[in-house]
Formats: sequence, structure tokens, C-alpha cells
Amino acid sequence: MSRTIRIAGFILLCVAAAAIVGPWFSPHDYLTTDFGGPLLPPSAADARYFGTDDLGRDLFVRTMTGVRVTLVVALVASLVSLVIGVAYGATAGFVGGRVDAVMMRFVDTLYALPFIFLVILLMVAFERNFLLIFVAIGAINWLDMARIVRGQTLSLREQEFVQAAQLIGVGTFGIIRRHIAPNLVGIVVVYLTLTIPQAILVESFLSFLGLGVQEPQTSLGSLVNGGVAQMEAAPWLLLIPAALLALILMAFNFLGDGLRDYFDARKSS
Amino acid sequence: MLRYTLLRILGAIPTLLLVIALAFLMVHAAPGGPFDDERVLPAEVAANIEAAYHLDDSLPKQFLDYMSGLLQGDLGPSYRYVDYSVAELIGLAFPYSLRLGVMAMALALIVGVGAGTIAALKQDTALDRIVMGFSMTGISIPVFVIAPVLALLFAVKLQWLPAGWSGAEGAGRYVLPVVTLALPQVAYLARLTRASMIDVLGRDFIRAARAQGLGMATVVRVHALRPAMLPVLSYLGPAIAAILTGSVVVEEIFGIPGLGQFFVRGALNRDYTLVLGIVVFYAALIVALNLVVDILYAVLDPRVRYR
Repeated sequence: MSRTIRIAGFILLCVAAAAIVGPWFSPHDYLTTDFGGPLLPPSAADARYFGTDDLGRDLFVRTMTGVRVTLVVALVASLVSLVIGVAYGATAGFVGGRVDAVMMRFVDTLYALPFIFLVILLMVAFERNFLLIFVAIGAINWLDMARIVRGQTLSLREQEFVQAAQLIGVGTFGIIRRHIAPNLVGIVVVYLTLTIPQAILVESFLSFLGLGVQEPQTSLGSLVNGGVAQMEAAPWLLLIPAALLALILMAFNFLGDGLRDYFDARKSS
Repeated sequence: MLRYTLLRILGAIPTLLLVIALAFLMVHAAPGGPFDDERVLPAEVAANIEAAYHLDDSLPKQFLDYMSGLLQGDLGPSYRYVDYSVAELIGLAFPYSLRLGVMAMALALIVGVGAGTIAALKQDTALDRIVMGFSMTGISIPVFVIAPVLALLFAVKLQWLPAGWSGAEGAGRYVLPVVTLALPQVAYLARLTRASMIDVLGRDFIRAARAQGLGMATVVRVHALRPAMLPVLSYLGPAIAAILTGSVVVEEIFGIPGLGQFFVRGALNRDYTLVLGIVVFYAALIVALNLVVDILYAVLDPRVRYR
């Protein structure tokens, strides 16, 4: 394991741990307004580690709950895209022939769609709810996964152990489940770590525009949005959530890159 | 070449139809009508409004009407900007977005390809690591974080450039929005160019050219650049889509009256026809530009035509 993987993984663990545990160490909660102290700068006094926002809500606790929301949305959305992408890609790659051609043509068609705009449309048309955000983000992110998994399955299909399984009469579904899927784990893990930051980006983009997570609930995207409104008077409201968001995205990207190199090196050696 | 072009154009039509149908269905499957408000309208008034906007027709008929309007460039009336048609609103707003997008794309191409080439030539030196480190950072920071941070730094603290659009004059007001929009694409293009340039520079024909005694600069310019640009070209489609998406945020933050701002306002106001119209417009734009990229690709790499 390279140093990049370890550092990025360590940062992500720290951020996740802080988000889970952090709010317990603060006497404040994420929605109580304090009329005595709106826009307080960060200080250790009264445990206002990150200061307060324009309504006097504690930014430390809000940021930590925001990280929680962001991470949960990203994980669930990535799982949705994982399930769709692996099932679709493995089927196309394994069945092959005309079915594969049609299924992949469909993916190509979807690639050209301006998905983010369709998601915004979805958010406008239906009441914004949490579940819908998960599903919508997952539904856009499965295309890459499907392509990668299909390519891998195509090459796995020709291996002897798959032919042996076919010979003793294992059904298509059984072969995909027992013989193809386990061999896809490595590459799927790599692309999953690269899908998560994309899901985070979409979620925070929607929340930034006011179309994602709704007040008083919060996520890093909506915190950045709130920070923009106050950036002249209270720059920390913008800088702290923005820095945290950038840190999380960067760590995931480095982790995915590192893992890809790691698996590539293992395969070629 | 003609056959290839025609096939590509035919292939783009189903994509476009799919987007339009999806977008149309989403808007019309929405619970509650566009004119439902806290203030309940008398039944007769509501019925009249529905009749005026043809909302009482059956869904297939509405879709056919919409499609036939679309073919004549008519995207219907806006539900919120009374007396404006969606096409008029797009016509008013699009020039701003277009100017912004073209400048950002040009900047991204020049800086991104330049930096990537230099990093490839100076592979594994400190310069290479700086360019790659910067580009990884650029990929990871979303546009809606870059924009306010740049505005805070250059407009609020240093006061070198205007932060907003209204009240500012001249070219200065374009600087921050264009740079913000271009930065993530600079980062992607630099990485992409570096990787593909390193690959190309390792090929035999480059060694042959070097062996003839050509200087490195000439080899890169004459022999390496064209094949190295192929992956960059195939990334242009996604880059265009990313710039259009980013433009939504940038226009919102810097207060530019472009299409992205209308889109967000429309989305928040539940102006269904406007949002639908802009989605259809964006989709057509992306599909058309992807088509151009595909054709350019075939021009640069003739092998593609016969696949």
C-alpha cells in the first residue's frame, strides 16, 4: 500500500470520526439560535470552536452534522450506483452478442444526457426529499461502473474456470453470482472510491443551489451557500465548510487514484 | 467521411428525443399543478388558467403539441414571467452564458494543454510535481467553492476586481467568473495532456524523428501534439457539459443575468415551462457539440471512420 492510500484513508477516517463524535463534545446543537451571539468569530470561549452563523447557530456542530449528511448521501448514492452498475455491466458483458450491443448503446445514449439538469428538474417537480436525492444521484453515477464491469466481465468470461462451470451445468445467474462477481471486487472498489466524490459533488451542488437538503437540516453544500451570503462580515462561515468539503473530496480522489495504481501494479507484476 | 457524419447525426436524434421525453414526463408527473399556490383559486379561475395553457388536454396531446412547437422553435410561454415566451427569455440570457463559456473553454484549453505538455516534457521533476499537485487540487475543489473564495480574496480583501456584475464596467467583470469556470477544466486537461503526451513521446516514430536530429520543440509541435490531442478531444464533450453546469453556479454567485441564473430562478419558482425549455436547450446544445467533437475526432484520426 502506497503512502498516498494510507494518508488519504487516515484523513477520511479522522473526518468521519470527528463528524460522528464531534457534536457530543459541544454543549450546543445544530438548530438552537442564540440571539446573544450571531456571527461570533471562532474561539474556545463558550465552546464556539467555529463561531456562529447569522442566526446565532453553532457552526462547529452544524459543520459536523453537515459532514454526516454529506457522507451518508454519498455512501448511499454510491451503493445505489454500485448495485445498478454491477448488475447491468455484468449482465451485458456475460450475455454478450446482440444483447450486449443494445445494452451498451443505451449506456452511450445516456452518457450524452445532461443528467445534472434532469436531477434539478426532478427536484423541482417533486417535493425535495432525502430519498429522492439518493436515488437521483445513484441513478446518474452508475454508467462508468457499468462500462468498467462489462469490460472486466468480457475478459473473465473466456477464462477456463467459467467454461468449467458452464460445462457442469451452472446457470447464467449462478455463474455471474459465484464466479464473475467475486473477481470484480478489486476494480469495483477502485471505482466506488472514485464514485463517492462525484456523488458528494452532486449533492453539495444541489444543496448549494437550495435544491438539495432543506433547512434547518444542513450539508456542506448548503453551509457554503450560507457562507457566501455572509462572506464580507464573517469569512469563516464560508472558509471552514469550504475547506472541509475540499479536503474530503481531495482525500477520496487521492484514495481512488492510489488504489487504482495499487491494483494495476499488482495485476502487471 | 460523409457516411460517418450522417450516421453520427442519425445517432444523435434518439438521444435528444429521450431527453425531451424524460424531461417532459418529469415535469408533468409532478404532484400539484404549476399554479397551485397557498392562495386557493376559485374553481372557475383555475379551470380558465388550465384551459389557457392547454393543461386540460390529455398528456399525449400535450406532448405532441410541445414537440410540434419545438420543431418551430417555440418552447411555450413562461408560467412566471408573464408575457414572455421561454424562447425569448433564452434569447435574452444565452449571449451572456455563451460569452462566459467560450472564454472559459479557450482559457482552459490554452493553459491546460500547455501545462500538461510542459509537465510531460519535464516528467518527474519538481515542476512536474507542482503542476500535477495543483491539478489534483483543482479537480477536487468544486466550482461553487472556488467562486466565493476567489471573490472573497480578490474582490473583498484585495479589491482588485469587481465581485458582482451589476455596477461593474468593462472587461474586469469577466475575469473572476471566467477564471473560476476554467480552473477545474485546466486541471483535468493538464492531467489528460500529460498522460497522453508521455505515452506518445515513448513511441518509435518520436525516437525516429529525434534520431534525424530534430529538436525537442519541433518534435513536439510537428509529430507529438496531434496524436496526443486525441484523448483531450474526446474529453471535450464532458468538459462542455461541466462548463454549462458550472456556469449555473458562477452566474448565481457573480450575479450574471445568464441562462444558468434563469434556470435556478425558474427551478425555485417552479416555472415548469422555463425549466423544461432550458433543459431541452442545454440538451440540444450538448448533443450538437458532442457531434462536432465526434466529427473532429474522425478528421484527426481517420481510423475512427472505418470502425
